[in-house]
Amino acid sequence: MLGRSATGVFWMARYLERAENSARLIDVGFHLALTRGDRSQQEEEWKSVLKTTGQIHDYSAKFSDFVGPQVFNYLLRDKDNPASVLQMIESARTNARMVRTSITDEVWEAINETWMTLRELMARPVRETNLGEVLSTIRRQTTLVRGAMDGSMLRNDVFNFARIGTFIERADSTARILDVKYYVLLPSVAWVGSSLDNVQWDTLLRSVAGDRAYSWLNAGKMDPRDIAKFLILDGRFPRSLAFCYDKVRSNMAGLAMQYGGETEAHELLRDAGAQLHQITIEEIFDRGLHEFLQSVINKTNRIGECIASEYRFVT
Amino acid sequence: MTSTPAPKYDEMFNADGSVRPAYADYREWFDAQDSNWLKRQDAEAERFFRRVGITFNVYGEDDAEERLIPFDMIPRIITAREWRKLTRGIEQRVRALNAFLQDLYHRQEIIKAGRLPIHYLRDNEAFLTQMIGFTPPGGVYTHIVGIDLVRTGPDEFVVLEDNARTPSGVSYMLENRETMMQMFPELFTRIPVRPVSDYPRRLARSLRACAPTCAADRPVVAVLTPGIYNSAYFEHAFLADEMGAELIEGSDLRVMDGRVQMRTTTGYTPVDVIYRRVDDNFLDPLSFNPDSILGIPGIMDVYRSGGVTIANAPGTGIADDKALYTFMPDIVEFYTGEKPILQNVETWRCIEEDSLKYVLDNLQDLVVKEVHGSGGYGMLIGPAASKKELAEFEAKLRAKPENYIAQPTLSLSTVPIFTKEGLAPRHVDLRPFVLVSPEGIDITPGGLTRVALKKGSLVVNSSQGGGTKDSWVLDE
Repeated sequence: MLGRSATGVFWMARYLERAENSARLIDVGFHLALTRGDRSQQEEEWKSVLKTTGQIHDYSAKFSDFVGPQVFNYLLRDKDNPASVLQMIESARTNARMVRTSITDEVWEAINETWMTLRELMARPVRETNLGEVLSTIRRQTTLVRGAMDGSMLRNDVFNFARIGTFIERADSTARILDVKYYVLLPSVAWVGSSLDNVQWDTLLRSVAGDRAYSWLNAGKMDPRDIAKFLILDGRFPRSLAFCYDKVRSNMAGLAMQYGGETEAHELLRDAGAQLHQITIEEIFDRGLHEFLQSVINKTNRIGECIASEYRFVT
Repeated sequence: MTSTPAPKYDEMFNADGSVRPAYADYREWFDAQDSNWLKRQDAEAERFFRRVGITFNVYGEDDAEERLIPFDMIPRIITAREWRKLTRGIEQRVRALNAFLQDLYHRQEIIKAGRLPIHYLRDNEAFLTQMIGFTPPGGVYTHIVGIDLVRTGPDEFVVLEDNARTPSGVSYMLENRETMMQMFPELFTRIPVRPVSDYPRRLARSLRACAPTCAADRPVVAVLTPGIYNSAYFEHAFLADEMGAELIEGSDLRVMDGRVQMRTTTGYTPVDVIYRRVDDNFLDPLSFNPDSILGIPGIMDVYRSGGVTIANAPGTGIADDKALYTFMPDIVEFYTGEKPILQNVETWRCIEEDSLKYVLDNLQDLVVKEVHGSGGYGMLIGPAASKKELAEFEAKLRAKPENYIAQPTLSLSTVPIFTKEGLAPRHVDLRPFVLVSPEGIDITPGGLTRVALKKGSLVVNSSQGGGTKDSWVLDE
């Protein structure tokens, strides 16, 4: 497999995952805007969405306020935003086009259709009345691509690189979402038990589509420690850090088997993964949640870079 | 030669409106179909092409929009008898082309015999001095050739040009058939159409047969593309995919240990046969174009020492030079000892004084082409040109006559296309695809039919608004 093709499938998967995660964050921001009357609180929420996606800086350079439609149009389709959902879908498709011979027709057609559908849907500014449709289409289309990958691709290095891309991006995203909101999970005398907390915690769970699963596992009892434990350490939840790291590791093991050897990236991953398995939520809080999340973000980043250099990615 | 157009020849209909035998079965089927259903199928075809992503990029457009080549669902039909004659002519011409290239880069007998003036080689960028004295693996220069033919009458196919460098369009030939079979499967049970779908397999076999002697038992074949922004990228990916070959860019390759090697996830590994879809100029910055970022430094040294096969061979462009085209009847005779089966279009070489005078006197009736141009760019169609355009071209011709050739405006045959108002005749050409290897010459039955969609238009190039049709060769 060409180094360039590995680069292509890796980034194809990452961009798709990133587009989907953006759509989820916008959905949450929108939900809050609907449930909160106070305009300044709404704007705070949109600000934190922009912070989570790392776009607050670019956004502030262009706009001075944080009105809902302005923010979600920026995140979805603004031509000046190189990380808009539409741009990421296009980047995913460009990468897929570059590696067309490595992916199946079904995957290519699913991505191409996704691009065509979303481009048409977002040809004009998105309004509050059709935002829901746009966001659910993004989720549905990216799910379709994942399904096509799952159902049609050989389980070889191509598939491994795509999966590694997906889960590195997802680990990064979950860690960022947690880190932007980590303070709502800290034990704080003033807030405990208030309805504001409940809304904040629910928001956090929703941004990773974990609200239902968490409620089910904890019989509806909201507790900041349990939420943190669920999102960081629960290997059953497909967006938890532990789950993402397990997936990256199993796919890296697949590469080691096919290529007959491990790389430095395997080493890094083993350390980081082992830590996620051994550490308890109490230890995380003792050490400091923010510091812990920062170190996960940095490690994920380093692992991504190391994979790129070990497998001769083209940059 | 006068430029009065010959009577129009329609391939489906006789002058009296009756249907020609080649189309009899198809026409019977067509008339039995519900016209609304046909219209729906027509719209469906476009959606199919978009979804599959069969697109091309248009040069010179800002947002590099991907366009579809319009597909017309009325097939172009060639009888077994017509095809037999065509294949004999094409085979003869392709044999001559290869012998001609071998001769040009070695003893130059044709020049010594006084049949081709040497000045056509001098100062001609398509003639590569790096190829002199070198014989490519298997002695094959043009592994893939596309011969552009037009039809002017019942038995008259003439060659418009030879594409000996990197002919494109074969993916459309294959996808058009695929689309037709999906849309109208019953047609193919009623009418014996010769299949084209094994072209990629034959291409792969043909390329492997030309592998260098140092190649592995099963030679590694790769398709070299300029990248996703190239107008024919879809085709490059399509062919690589269908052949099970790697699709590579120049940046994936480097010269190591006397071989051309590609950068894989586990290190560098040799490539034996490179089906390149880049121009000579962009092959090797060391040999050709120091400014190129697309090339592979040193690949020509590897090539000349027998470490890799490049298809088509560098320097084959000299054979599809439009000025040398005018010598093709002589070239065929010189190397095969036979009369050419396929004729050329009558062509004036503007470099010759008498011809230039004739061309300037009759500019409004002629088609003038740049000697090195392609894709329908930079040509003048006299009858359709404005006074201003004619004047501009006259100035160009006087300034650099050696850059131009001129041809009469031919009365190209027509085949009907499907329109909302019914069938309407449009001009067509035909590009059959020919594979050459030491095992022989292999011509895929049919080829790519390009059709000028605008009423009366003679320009079939996709970059100029042309479309394509499925091309059928009937079985015996």
